Amino acid sequence: MAGGRITLEELKGWLAEFARLIAEHRAQLSELDAAIGDGDHGTNMDRGMQAVVAGMSGETIGDLVKQAGMTLVSTVGGASGPLYGTFFLRFAGSAGAVGELDAAQFAAAMRAGLDGIVARGKAEPADKTMFDALAPAVQALETGVADGLADTLRAAAEAADKGRDATIEMLARKGRASYLGERSIGHQDPGATSAALLVRAAASALG
Amino acid sequence: MKKLINDPADVVVEALLGVAAAHPELRVDHANKIVYRGNAPRPGKVGLISGGGSGHEPLHAGFVGPGMLDAACCGEVFTSPVPDQLLAATKAVDGGAGVLHIVKNYTGDVMNFEMAAELAAAETGVEVVSVVTDDDEKVQDSTWTAGRRGVGVTVLLEKIVGAAAEAGRPLKEVADLAREVNANGRSMGIALTSCTVPANGKPTFELGEAEMEVGVGIHGEPGRSRQPLAPARDVAALLLEPILDDLPFRSGDRVIAFVNGLGGTPLIELYLMYAEVARILSSHGIAPVRSLVGPYITSLDMAGCSVTLLKVTDELLRLWDAPVNTPALRWGV
Repeated sequence: MAGGRITLEELKGWLAEFARLIAEHRAQLSELDAAIGDGDHGTNMDRGMQAVVAGMSGETIGDLVKQAGMTLVSTVGGASGPLYGTFFLRFAGSAGAVGELDAAQFAAAMRAGLDGIVARGKAEPADKTMFDALAPAVQALETGVADGLADTLRAAAEAADKGRDATIEMLARKGRASYLGERSIGHQDPGATSAALLVRAAASALG
Repeated sequence: MKKLINDPADVVVEALLGVAAAHPELRVDHANKIVYRGNAPRPGKVGLISGGGSGHEPLHAGFVGPGMLDAACCGEVFTSPVPDQLLAATKAVDGGAGVLHIVKNYTGDVMNFEMAAELAAAETGVEVVSVVTDDDEKVQDSTWTAGRRGVGVTVLLEKIVGAAAEAGRPLKEVADLAREVNANGRSMGIALTSCTVPANGKPTFELGEAEMEVGVGIHGEPGRSRQPLAPARDVAALLLEPILDDLPFRSGDRVIAFVNGLGGTPLIELYLMYAEVARILSSHGIAPVRSLVGPYITSLDMAGCSVTLLKVTDELLRLWDAPVNTPALRWGV
């Protein structure tokens, strides 16, 4: 971060760090998914993020992140592909053809991405989805814009972790986990878990 | 878990090599993992596409051919195909009469088909209509879940709608017919074992020797409840009662009765189950005028079965009986 601004190179670092964390947590994500879904969230996200890192290109932040979104849509499949893909495509649309983002622009792009996930997945608070980790993180980014980027990103990562942990007690109302009804309670949501990694990656790469 | 594979990462691609070698009458796009009817597109005929995660074979690639699908898009195991595949297939099967997307109601499938339809509208002039199947009895259809799952009725729908498209019926009629079939079908399944996704190498859930999982879908996901294993006659009643009550099916109704194997249960047990199903239907005054028994929509190596009933009219029966020539369903040709 240069003077409170996020550069193109740092955003590449964010995507690479997210890919690294997904690879590191691949087995854990699939095990969480096996408990309430079909056990492939880690495998699918890892395949997608490896492809993103291999194909990173773009002269602007908008181009870089759009490329990442398209790659995820094309390689992940399932629900995660369209949801993460839409997140990055909307993030890219909000960021635009720029070489740097300030904290407020980054928060706005994260909000646009989150809105994209809601539009695609129709998730509402406490449905036990990735929304429950990402929404508190975006809110922390928006309220912390004046506090300096590093502190704000740390607060956002903590908010995402808290949101992720809160999914354990939730009754799933979206996706395959919803077929389990009451039996989904007591399990941490795999999508919220990978979403918290996305925010943690931002805190380490951009903060 | 022992599997006849080379590398877990190559299972889908290598299985499609086998499909191409065994069925020269089909055309396989290996890069996009799409199986096409050999002579697609058919000018003036509505193109029918389905697709979904792999691991449910013969669904969907085994149902490609005259009288059924024009293309099947294969995702990774239990993972829906991506929009690029669905868009490529949509363009390739359009014979000028539009394309019907047949989508099983799973969050991922619905989203990927939705994105493909948006791309088709933006990039091509192809008219696309989507029909979502959701016949699974064990899932409450409410705002609190992702809705009923699409299971067994998808097989019957692809056959019946395939016959209508083959007869040259226009897109709107074909889509209405698909919705009619979905609305008149109900299914429910039980599992005796879990299944093993090749990439994971171990069963998705553990099930004791004396237990069965009731209300399972087709992805190795746990069902709605776990119960003590029961004799086939009790299992048949357990599966049929909610189906009969829900639609409802009434005395005098005619149905296609479909006992489907989930992949790991032998045909002898499926026929034994069919006898129990037929007995219960008879006691309710319901006539199973056609039957389908076998593994047609599977969950890898899961042991267990599902039962689907489809209430039929003369028209639906005529379309069911029409010729079909695919790897997995073939008659009248």
